[in-house]
Amino acid sequence: MADVISYREAVAEGIAREMRRDPTVVCLGEDIGEAGGVFKTTVGLRKEFGPERVWDTPISEQAIVGAAMGAAMTGMRPVAEIMFSDFLACCWDYLANEIPKVRYMTGGQVTVPLVVRTANGGGLGFGAQHSQATENWAFTIPGLKIAAPATPADVIGMMAAAIRSDDPVVFFEHKGLLATKGAPPPPDHVVELGRAAVVREGADVTLVALASMVPVALKAAEFLSGEGIEAEVVDLRCLVPLDMSTVLASLGRTSRLVTVEENPYQGGWGATVVSVVADEGFALLDAPVRRVAGECVPLPFADALEEEVIPTVDKVVAAVRGLAAY
Amino acid sequence: MDPAELLAAYEQMAVIRRTEKAAHDLFLQGLVKGTTHLAAGHEAIAVGASAALRPDDYVFATYRGHHHAMARGATPEECLAELMSRATGLCKAKGGSMHLTKAATGMLGSYAIVGAHLPMAAGAAWSARLRGTDQIAVAFFGDGATNIGAFHEALNLAAVWKLPVLFVCENNLYMEYTPIADVTAVPRPAADRAPAYGIPGEVVDGNDVVAVQEAVARLAGRARAGDGPALLEAETYRHFGHSRADPATYRPAEEVERWLKRDPLDLARGRLVEMGMPEAVVGEADDRATVAVRKAVEAAKAGPAPDPREALTDVWADGGAAWRT
Ligand SMILES: Cc1ncc(C[n+]2csc(CCOP(=O)(O)OP(=O)(O)O)c2C)c(N)n1
Repeated sequence: MADVISYREAVAEGIAREMRRDPTVVCLGEDIGEAGGVFKTTVGLRKEFGPERVWDTPISEQAIVGAAMGAAMTGMRPVAEIMFSDFLACCWDYLANEIPKVRYMTGGQVTVPLVVRTANGGGLGFGAQHSQATENWAFTIPGLKIAAPATPADVIGMMAAAIRSDDPVVFFEHKGLLATKGAPPPPDHVVELGRAAVVREGADVTLVALASMVPVALKAAEFLSGEGIEAEVVDLRCLVPLDMSTVLASLGRTSRLVTVEENPYQGGWGATVVSVVADEGFALLDAPVRRVAGECVPLPFADALEEEVIPTVDKVVAAVRGLAAY
Repeated sequence: MDPAELLAAYEQMAVIRRTEKAAHDLFLQGLVKGTTHLAAGHEAIAVGASAALRPDDYVFATYRGHHHAMARGATPEECLAELMSRATGLCKAKGGSMHLTKAATGMLGSYAIVGAHLPMAAGAAWSARLRGTDQIAVAFFGDGATNIGAFHEALNLAAVWKLPVLFVCENNLYMEYTPIADVTAVPRPAADRAPAYGIPGEVVDGNDVVAVQEAVARLAGRARAGDGPALLEAETYRHFGHSRADPATYRPAEEVERWLKRDPLDLARGRLVEMGMPEAVVGEADDRATVAVRKAVEAAKAGPAPDPREALTDVWADGGAAWRT
């Protein structure tokens, strides 16, 4: 294997590793077969595993996720692709009412081990209906696990954990990260769901970020370092399970907290992180908390407008400066 | 069906009818919370279809699914205990009337979002094919579900993938309170749509257990042999209102009377007698059903209430509900 792998290639590699080790793993989705997916995240799978394991579907989001659910209930481990995360709304019944509840309302009789993969987030100028960061939609529903990796190695390691999980996982692949590169992880690399990573150490402030906001937070931290402020950056990696112990431990070292979210401030996951800190870690804080989040508007098209809406390095730097001076 | 099989089917229908009557009475006594959607009148569809299926086939039903759960092996006691919020209920009192599920016998759930389970049934059929078994999946649903997007997505997917799945519509002429004919562009809400997906669409007398058994056996055999899905529209009528204590006054008296004369139990009884079965033997089946359900009611009532801590279990496969570390 090459010594670098792109995030995009890591998706197919992560799925392929699991398909090789477990014959019950099958993929379905629109254009995922011969075409290799509209984001080229399933390239090579059809060639290696054939049409009985990699299925092209009609444009039928309900049928895709509903059929994945029926298959998962009866012995398979399906990996369903919903092309853009905005389209999750077309099969929202399955994500909100069916998949997360069936285990509970059957008193534990039925398990749904499936993965719904989807391309999430903005920054590419796709306009309001192809650019949303929708992980918050899923975050409101008890019963779904939520993975949102930020690096190629994590894509592979978390894909392994997601596919092996006996619980349903919604797997957000960030469109803005697809071209980024990193070292490929060793064989059998698994990143347990619900383990955040401290991706930069620092003693002055904790930045908690997810997916595309991780590189933004890291860049902001580098910049702030030049000003003598050392930020610790926590990549949450998952929203459910949510690794609050890593966040609280980091706060124990830094006593200042900033969440960096791409999703709109209203209803964002940062609100939950911050509320747990207020509830359980208030004494750890030496300053108010800050949430840097998307504006509460649909995503606009033009670069200049999109930048106005999504958190940027400058916005994170400004928020941290304000806190450091507190 | 030979006379012995028909007698067994009759007795099963009698048990289901009496269990539903008990559920209704218990609801009126305040012992069943929430709501019930009784299937009295629809028994021949569940029992006839089940008689044509194998024990390892999969069944998906709707909130009106007591009859399917029982036809597929759930006992009256388990069902009534579930309705009465007992720990001994089929789903540990976490499901309720609308979510009767018995996975161990292939009854993979009752779903309260209209039409949601049709793609799931397609998925279970897909899975059977992927695993190389010759199981089939059956989705039972109402006429109202034929106007839901999931119905159309499931039919098309099942047709293009040639899946071993049977879609069985219980056309009881009404959605909740609206006649299906008032809101549907074709006279046969299910069967008329089949040609659009290139699959067989048949109509059967849903009150005749023998006719249902024969139709399902034929279409199931086809699906099992790899010839793909089919749509069966079973004409029937519900004896009660849509749910709870709905008196169903929106239905013309003459229509109700006409359908009550075609009670599936009476039709089966008539067929049995025609086949030479002594009335007394049929009467014994009725008596057994009565006793079984009376015992089930008592046993269900005696079941313990659930431990409140159970509310925080079964979200995840590890048995728990923890969302954070
Ligand atoms: C998606 C959705 N819309 C509306 C409802 C409310 N509702 C419950 S039952 C019902 C009528 C369904 O009629 P039909 O499919 O004919 O089944 P039947 O009740 O006659 O068995 C409706 C509208 C629902 N549960 N789900």
